[in-house]
Amino acid sequence: MAKVLVFLEHHEGAIAKGSLGVLSKAATLGAEVAGVVIGSEVRGIAASAGDYGAATVWVADDGRLTAPLPQPRVDVLASLVRDEGYDTVLFAQSVLAADVAAGLAARLDAGLNWGLVDLTADGTGKSPALSDTVYVDVGWTSAVKLAIFRSGAFDATSSGGTAEVKDAPVSLEDFSTLAEMVEQAHAEQHGPSIEDADVIVAGGRGLGEPEKFALAEELAQALGGAVAATRAVVDAGWYPYSAQVGQTGKTVSPKLYVALGISGAIQHKVGMQSSNVIVAINKDPNAPIFEFADLGVVGDLHEIVPKLTELVRARRS
Amino acid sequence: MKIAVCVKAVPDAASGRRIDPATNRLDRSGELTISDWDSYPVEEALKLKESTGEGEVVVVSMGPERALDALRKALAMGADRAVLVTDASLEGADLLGTARALAGALEKESPDLVLFGQQSADGGGACLWAAVAERLHRPVVSQVSELIVEGGSISGKRQTEYGYDTIRAPLPAVVAVADSINTPRYPSLKGIMGAKKKPQETLSAGDVGGAEGPGTTVVALNPPPARGEAQKIVDDGAGAEKIIEFLAGKRLV
Repeated sequence: MAKVLVFLEHHEGAIAKGSLGVLSKAATLGAEVAGVVIGSEVRGIAASAGDYGAATVWVADDGRLTAPLPQPRVDVLASLVRDEGYDTVLFAQSVLAADVAAGLAARLDAGLNWGLVDLTADGTGKSPALSDTVYVDVGWTSAVKLAIFRSGAFDATSSGGTAEVKDAPVSLEDFSTLAEMVEQAHAEQHGPSIEDADVIVAGGRGLGEPEKFALAEELAQALGGAVAATRAVVDAGWYPYSAQVGQTGKTVSPKLYVALGISGAIQHKVGMQSSNVIVAINKDPNAPIFEFADLGVVGDLHEIVPKLTELVRARRS
Repeated sequence: MKIAVCVKAVPDAASGRRIDPATNRLDRSGELTISDWDSYPVEEALKLKESTGEGEVVVVSMGPERALDALRKALAMGADRAVLVTDASLEGADLLGTARALAGALEKESPDLVLFGQQSADGGGACLWAAVAERLHRPVVSQVSELIVEGGSISGKRQTEYGYDTIRAPLPAVVAVADSINTPRYPSLKGIMGAKKKPQETLSAGDVGGAEGPGTTVVALNPPPARGEAQKIVDDGAGAEKIIEFLAGKRLV
């Protein structure tokens, strides 16, 4: 890797933490690192990427790029790769990033590895596969290399650097502008999203009823984290799908994952087992989650969690 | 309306999935079945066909010849035909090779709408549709949980990290659907009996524009990193205190 370009996703005037984490990682690989911000009226947020290791930040600022749709972004990235000679383009996992990366792969005949948790300077990626039962070292045979990293794979580390902000050309293919955003309804969000959170408090069936998610929310708030849910409770309508962790939801790897009333079935496990530290509270001593939780407490979460929240608050204040 | 549904035949989860250390590829020698995620786009295609009372549903796949058996499940559900791209030169194809082969088959079929499921059941990939759409020069909408086809365009609702999007695109288009979009039907006995008689066509790599070398490679297989000791305690009334102690020891509070 000699010249690395990092796709910087942004939302409501800030670059996503996951993208900054990938940028921070790229900066440690000894390569020339640039970021690219694509949207409209996004010039103001570009410079902030300098603090995370980008020497250059490209800005593609155009009214046709307002909606977060993938195909126009493929056009912008493909031009940059061709004109500026980038040999590697890195992405942090998201709905948008996956579609952009795959489109770019087809456009440039560039190999794409996804779900990576690490990348070395010599160009080997680490990819957990088959429910994380095997870690595959992957490489690239193509001239341009593309990679998507798992949520939470890297910390966003401030380097104190500054970036040169440059304009990227915007030339769009006819077919890239056929899809249009009709409506965007933003979910109300308190605190960090589960992709961005260092701490996740997740709730399962063991909470007993939807109202008891308040226990998870209060503990998450005390810890400065986000709330996640299992498929069972999302299917039951207790919590929104955007919070679902597991095989059919998101894969997360926060510093701390607190599982409340979650049995730890394989479908959930695959979404959270790469968390740094896992704490589980469950009344069933035979729950599978106790096999891989760093600390498992067999007990009634309705008794333990309120006390735990108080204790966390006491330490924080 | 002609709808193509792209599906993948994957090793049956019940028989266990493993990587063959000799090839560093997923062992596909056992029984193959249609990926769980792919019954949702098949169902959606059938519903669209039923609502208009006309049209055709074609399942399109790439895989070993034995994959035809797995595609029969989609035919048993009600799809009209199956097309399988199968060729020794496509073995071990990655995203690039798979996208090229499927796009080649889809170009021959020229459907109004191409549907995908939300991810693969074995490789965990969730982006093939975007590569296929790029090859076909068609608009793409992914993760769609509500799909409306009307007046020569599609409108898809979906959920992203930040909220709900509604995206519209003219046909022909490529759409990947989420598993919340519908409840797939079970094949009826009559459907199962009739599936074998439905047209099933195989295409070679040459028929769809040739094989494309993979852009990615597997270097080595390693065991997952050890998680460290799992510690289990029984709450004796001081469970919360013990958790705090543990978290403080790890500098997490």
